[in-house]
Amino acid sequence: MSFGIVATLGKLAAWLTVLLATAPIMLWVERRGSALIQDRRGPNRVGPLGLFQGLADAVKFLFKEDIVPAGADRPLYLLAPILALVPALTTFVVIPFGPVVEVGGRAVNLIVAGVDTGVLLLLALASLGVYSLVMAGYSSNNKYSLLGAVRASAQMISYELALTLSVVAVLIPVGSFRLDEVVAAQQGTWFGFVPQWNVAPQIVGFIVFLVAAFAETNRLPFDLPEAESELVAGYHTEYSSMKFALFFMGEYMSMATLSALAATLYFGGWHLPGIDYSGPWAWVALKGLTVLVAKIAVFMLFFVWVRWSFPRFRFDQLMRLGWKVLLPLAIFNLVAIAALTVAGVL
Amino acid sequence: MAVFALFAFLAVASAMVVVTHRNPVYSVMSLVVTLISLAVMFVLLGAPFLAALQVLVYTGAILVLFLFVIMLLNIEREAPGGGHKLQKLGAALAALVFAGLLATWFVAAQGAVEPVPLDAEAVALVPLARHLFSTYLLPFEIVGVLLLAAVIAATALARRGGTSVGEDEA
Repeated sequence: MSFGIVATLGKLAAWLTVLLATAPIMLWVERRGSALIQDRRGPNRVGPLGLFQGLADAVKFLFKEDIVPAGADRPLYLLAPILALVPALTTFVVIPFGPVVEVGGRAVNLIVAGVDTGVLLLLALASLGVYSLVMAGYSSNNKYSLLGAVRASAQMISYELALTLSVVAVLIPVGSFRLDEVVAAQQGTWFGFVPQWNVAPQIVGFIVFLVAAFAETNRLPFDLPEAESELVAGYHTEYSSMKFALFFMGEYMSMATLSALAATLYFGGWHLPGIDYSGPWAWVALKGLTVLVAKIAVFMLFFVWVRWSFPRFRFDQLMRLGWKVLLPLAIFNLVAIAALTVAGVL
Repeated sequence: MAVFALFAFLAVASAMVVVTHRNPVYSVMSLVVTLISLAVMFVLLGAPFLAALQVLVYTGAILVLFLFVIMLLNIEREAPGGGHKLQKLGAALAALVFAGLLATWFVAAQGAVEPVPLDAEAVALVPLARHLFSTYLLPFEIVGVLLLAAVIAATALARRGGTSVGEDEA
């Protein structure tokens, strides 16, 4: 095998380890977190502090009865949970997790796919996520599932616009679609200790991005597609066993990818001022990955915190927020950032 | 070459499914496969930007709207044997004529046209953007206005029939 292929496989392995570990860890964090917020104990029987609850749940999922409802559209019904993982397992390829390192005399950029289209590719792949929800809802032969799917498609299209526009505003001062260049542009400091992260000049865009990210991942307060008080469980009502688990994992991995994107766009990505990124390549890669994962973890905790603190929006409120508040804000932010960039301020 | 063959086959096969399948949801899903295969073609031709836009705009937005409308209107499967006999005959004739034209053109073009490699400069991001916002600025803006007009017209048409929905508490 050529050196390039081995390097790419290595980078993929590093990312996949992080992503696949996300679901069981988040399962524990979410349940203990919700218990903490609601003044309950949460799962505390399996292992110390209930840490092995995720493992127990995985075993349980494997042994549950696998049901395909009568009248279901079988091919689409089986395809939907697989598609739920596709955007989650592909979008991370354009997110860098370290600088260019030297391995055995050859330069290796710590990004799986260092392509010029960069973040555009990520947005394109992420936009395919809605198909899994729509297929699941349509094929289940269940009115609650169908309603969930209709809501999902309307919601994801509406919030994708605001999300994309806020991302574009970050790219204008950088002048590139590449996320490694976005990270490189954030490595300075103000007054010697305040990191020059994009979140300061792009605060409006960041807020729009964050709200849209909640809607894109169908998390409370925007979990209308699966609103359990009205739709049982929305698009995945009829799914059981590992098929349900795939939707579950897909949701957490999408959260992780969007958190990684938020960290990279607005909070300096893998870079942290004060950390020395020199030395042997494995050590540098480990440091970059650790910093990025720490930033992702902060966002994930925020996701959990918000979920158990806010009530669900009504669907008309969701649509109004998306089209009448977030979209104008994102456009205003885009024009302002473009003007400031041309004026030479940013 | 193997990649091209695979995705060319996928594009053509899924395009066939789009027009032949009786269930509109399957047709849209096949169209998704067609468009993604075409995006792969763009990448092979050295235009990854175009490929990303194709996936983002067509499969990510427009086809989702198609699906949304199909599910909202609850369009059923097309009944088998639909369509007039003459209609079928006409369609078959038109397909034959089209295939004949394509074949003639293909045979005539063999050897007559030298394949030219795509100029990498022409599809790179910066030159593309520069052309779009200087040489082709007027057509670009006209297309934008046209699309806006189409949206307004569609809204007006949709609102004329039936009771209009309240502005604020929709």
